[in-house]
Amino acid sequence: MEKKKPKNVFVQGAISSQFIGESIAKHQTKTSIGAHNIFLGQVRADEIDGKVITAIDYTAYEEMANQKFHEIREATFAKYNLTCMHIYHSLGAVTAGEICLFVFVSSPRRKVVFEALEYVVEAIKADVPVFGKEIFEDQTHQWKQNT
Amino acid sequence: MQLTIKYFGMLAEATSITEEQLQTEACSVSDLLKKLKNQYPKLNDKDFKVAINQELVNNNYRIDNEVEVALLPPFAGG
Repeated sequence: MEKKKPKNVFVQGAISSQFIGESIAKHQTKTSIGAHNIFLGQVRADEIDGKVITAIDYTAYEEMANQKFHEIREATFAKYNLTCMHIYHSLGAVTAGEICLFVFVSSPRRKVVFEALEYVVEAIKADVPVFGKEIFEDQTHQWKQNT
Repeated sequence: MQLTIKYFGMLAEATSITEEQLQTEACSVSDLLKKLKNQYPKLNDKDFKVAINQELVNNNYRIDNEVEVALLPPFAGG
């Protein structure tokens, strides 16, 4: 089988609710689907030592990250009976309250999408080389680390 | 041989560069890291992983080819 080239998962800046809405609408023609499940990662305005995070500036080792997203996608399709799956991640600045990660899985039946979505999101957090600079209101910063 | 070294996130900040070319003899990852930490002392207190041609490797991995080496700080996707 020919190896598929990894798709580009990254979008510049925040992921808009309009984009998410349009993604959902595009599935109306796929009538074998009975269940969608969506994860939206939102930037939190954490307070650390009296300073509030106003944005996260995302960078990535893009070639490796897209390859990892591809491997996660393949592994998820092998493990779960999904009709389709979409992953989008932000690069650049995303303001607190905005969406930085959008994962969308669809299947004929509901149970599989609950499990598959968690599997995908946890794999993204653990395996994909994306880096986040947390910017405070006074323009100082610290580096985000997934826990 | 010539290696391409890439630095990301807090490591790019610590070295003040994102990429460089390095001439070296065949060596292990830990030998290379020793050299880089010597050149950029701020790397000494940083936690990171190493990828060779986009695959994570451990410190015993032997570099005997012209590869791309990436120093990756903790992941923060999502």
